[in-house]
Amino acid sequence: MSKVRVLVGTHKGAFVLESDGKREHWDVSGPHFGGWEIFHVKASPVDPNRLYASQCSGWFGQQIQRSSDGGKTWQPVGNKFTYDGVPGTHQWYDGTAHPWEFKRVWHLEPSLTDPDTVYAGVEDAALFRSTDGGETWQELAGLRGHGSGPHWQPGAGGMCLHTIILDPADPQRIFIAISAAGAFRTDDGGQTWRPINRGLHSEYIPEPTAEVGHCVHHIAMHPSRPGVLFMQKHWDVMRSDDAGDSWREISGNLPTDFGFAIDVHAHEPETIYVVPIKSDSEHYPPDAKLRVYRSRTGGNEWEPLTKGLPQSDCYVNVLRDAMAVDSLDACGVYFGTTGGQVYASADGGDSWAPIVRDLPAVLSVEVQTLP
Amino acid sequence: MIQVALPAHLRTLAAIHGDVSLEVKGQATIRSVLDALEARYPMLRGTIRDHVTQQRRPYVRFFACQEDLSHEPPDAPLPAQVVSGAEPFFIVGAIAGG
Repeated sequence: MSKVRVLVGTHKGAFVLESDGKREHWDVSGPHFGGWEIFHVKASPVDPNRLYASQCSGWFGQQIQRSSDGGKTWQPVGNKFTYDGVPGTHQWYDGTAHPWEFKRVWHLEPSLTDPDTVYAGVEDAALFRSTDGGETWQELAGLRGHGSGPHWQPGAGGMCLHTIILDPADPQRIFIAISAAGAFRTDDGGQTWRPINRGLHSEYIPEPTAEVGHCVHHIAMHPSRPGVLFMQKHWDVMRSDDAGDSWREISGNLPTDFGFAIDVHAHEPETIYVVPIKSDSEHYPPDAKLRVYRSRTGGNEWEPLTKGLPQSDCYVNVLRDAMAVDSLDACGVYFGTTGGQVYASADGGDSWAPIVRDLPAVLSVEVQTLP
Repeated sequence: MIQVALPAHLRTLAAIHGDVSLEVKGQATIRSVLDALEARYPMLRGTIRDHVTQQRRPYVRFFACQEDLSHEPPDAPLPAQVVSGAEPFFIVGAIAGG
């Protein structure tokens, strides 16, 4: 029978949650790296026992950890992230020039074909790649250097590169997103990049339809349709059918179109999930009800999913990398909250139950479907 | 042998139990002690001082013989009691944060 492994990064350590395919009973291991912030843990799709974790601390900086046994044991690998050449400046919150400074790794994206190749999205925003299992890291400097970099500005959470999507149909194509610069795409393996923000409208910036400056929170793609992208922007849920060349809004009947997480059903490319959050100044669900919204029509028409989720007095947030799906039939959907719960649905979102209730604040959730 | 006391998180990271005994070639300074420490435990590179600038991380402090050595020049000689091993060289994480 298949198994599911859920990789959870929290404010104070990593946790590995495992179940059989029924997804009813869960074994919880951890904390790994207790006391450290674990921004992200993700597995290689070609070697499911190869995991990478981003571990950081305000005291002791960044570490990258690697596991070769599915998270039972870990080994610290390379933590030297040096910008290529003279880093230059980006804009600070007040619009003044500010030097690029490495702070932390937000997201790790293992290669689709090689377990030793992994990408890292970092703050201040840049994309790094390792081809030796995380021992050494090199910046793909064409992203910062393509021209708009000096105009990027941090979002409230910092100027982070938080989303990396590798195109399964085209190994030369990568999508990334930065708060608060926007989305970018390379079609030549990371040498050259261009902004893909046409159609985004952000009223809170001086030029609402600017080429860069949009606070993209997360992007999701179904691997069978790599040209179709779904985006949760600061405000607005968006869709592109041309690999990001243009976007249109699909917020439809959502109670609020602010939020962080977005994901796509494993077997239904037009079924997408978001967790609406009240506003950018009130990072909790509207009406204190934790509701996942599902669209089976690729957007615009949304239904609330509430069974098993708290429907009163709930004031947690769901962060951008804290939602994931498994590929069992029926598709499992998972998300973690800043209140330390990890909720799972084994029926595509129709009903939910917490796997764990009392972890530290959850920063990220990833899922592996294992044979 | 110079005795180095590390904060708990760095001991865990480097799988160190207790203090570290280091033999330092040449004059014992903050720089030479950290060089020797990082040579034995490469995973500590970047955790105490910056990889490139070699500047002490802001929330890390150095103490020995009841003195705060955090702002001493990195090439200044360490106290004789530290060099002889009678007193440890403390690397301390600031009591701050959450």
